[in-house]
Amino acid sequence: MEKRELICISCPMGCPLTVELEGQEIVNITGYTCKRGEVYGRKEVTNPTRIVTSTVKVEGGKSDMVSVKTREDIPKDKISECVKALKGITVKAPVRIGDVILSNVAGTGVDIVATKEV
Amino acid sequence: MKEYDIVIIGGGPAGLAAAIAARDNGSESILILERDKELGGILNQCIHNGFGLHTFKEELTGPEYAARFTEQVEKYKIEYVLNTMVIEISPEKVVTAMNREEGLFDIQAKAIILAMGCRERSRGALNIPGYRPAGIFSAGTAQRLVNMEGFMPGREVVILGSGDIGLIMARRLTLEGAKVKVVAEIMPYSGGLKRNIVQCLDDYGIPLKLSHTVIEIRGKERLEGITLAAVDDRGKPIAGTEEEYSCDTLLLSVGLIPENELSGAMGVVMNPVTSGPIVNESLETNVEGVFACGNVLHVHDLVDFVSEEAAAAGKNASNYVKNGEQKPNGREIILEGTDGVRYTVPSTINPERMEATQIVRFRVGNVYKNCYIGVYFNDERVLHRKRMVMAPGEMEEIKLEKEKLLLHPDIDRITIRVEEA
Repeated sequence: MEKRELICISCPMGCPLTVELEGQEIVNITGYTCKRGEVYGRKEVTNPTRIVTSTVKVEGGKSDMVSVKTREDIPKDKISECVKALKGITVKAPVRIGDVILSNVAGTGVDIVATKEV
Repeated sequence: MKEYDIVIIGGGPAGLAAAIAARDNGSESILILERDKELGGILNQCIHNGFGLHTFKEELTGPEYAARFTEQVEKYKIEYVLNTMVIEISPEKVVTAMNREEGLFDIQAKAIILAMGCRERSRGALNIPGYRPAGIFSAGTAQRLVNMEGFMPGREVVILGSGDIGLIMARRLTLEGAKVKVVAEIMPYSGGLKRNIVQCLDDYGIPLKLSHTVIEIRGKERLEGITLAAVDDRGKPIAGTEEEYSCDTLLLSVGLIPENELSGAMGVVMNPVTSGPIVNESLETNVEGVFACGNVLHVHDLVDFVSEEAAAAGKNASNYVKNGEQKPNGREIILEGTDGVRYTVPSTINPERMEATQIVRFRVGNVYKNCYIGVYFNDERVLHRKRMVMAPGEMEEIKLEKEKLLLHPDIDRITIRVEEA
């Protein structure tokens, strides 16, 4: 049996959660003091995801960099691959909020979009 | 001399929301003065997400949140000037500013909204001994270098202070290939939001050392390393706990200081706890027709609350221009925080002039678990609300209702305190 220790981020309380796993199966979650803690613990252990934000270079714009993000959350273990995929990308101005900078980043099916107008 | 009804000092989130609210309230003659090359303030360098959950019910990045407001300012054709530094504001509301195009110039305002925000506490404010090599940055400076200018400040990083900007930069620098070795916090608790500790440090295995501080800086030309030590409960380093770290970069995320030189020079009275102006329920300072909002008033955790507060300041400034100073009955109830509540914003309330509900924001001075917030009208307790946890890093609020205040014509003091179960 595997035990995973987490801190719930649903509120400032920060309950220490312990999730017990049998292979892929969650057998027990303890330490939470409200329902949101249990939900967080379950998701964080089975399918943790994050929005990833970064920047890429721009040519001919009012600034040299444009901020970007994954349009939706991607699996946590893809974060590093996602950021590496952005290395070396240069886009040409004008860039608008929501413009696709890179599609299907790291095979996640999620696009990288601009978050600033440059 | 140019004349405007409302001049807003600062085009960050507070200034933008104040301008939009003033226009929504019918004011036409509004000018925003911004020192940077674009509107949006610090949001432009906060490329991470998590903004706007309260205002827009979605998670935006900083630049996206700013764009929601700048687009509205453009749509309303509210005037603004960029690259412009305000030098002085006189008590008669003459704003002296300068920029490259116009040189030094004066603007006469009927009302002024102070929305200058904060700057970061620096190494000088901490008195860390040692040489002054390159490689020591405030967290926000590093954020601007990486996110806007495209430079990495260094490769091996130690971060002092666990404020949110420091935590965000720990993740950002790690993703850009730097090695963030440790985050040290002198207090026994973090000043940052819990989600940032989990998602910026724990996700990347970056250790957080509470009750630790930097006691030595090594390197002459470039930073070569630092020494950390544990501190006792008075914040003094404990001998024998020293640990050396090699690093080429030290980021300081050790707090924000409201930028109130202009306010102080024009005679605005400050609250020593917040370093921001003392304001009444209209967010008006002691100088008639001068309002304050956002981080220049008190440091906020969430921009959503800055926008909400600034919108109130904008509306009130607009009403002031239309109707002049209204002081029904001249009655002022004093609001104060005691027993763990460090301050309140506002500091006074005129029950006749206030809106139907008034938000009172405050911070507590320590971590409290299973406690209550008590609100007293003179000596009578009128609210006793359970809170599972309160921490200095998270701003608290309560709402006061006009109806209830009008029912108590004898109140001269409202006290907010933390109470044990």
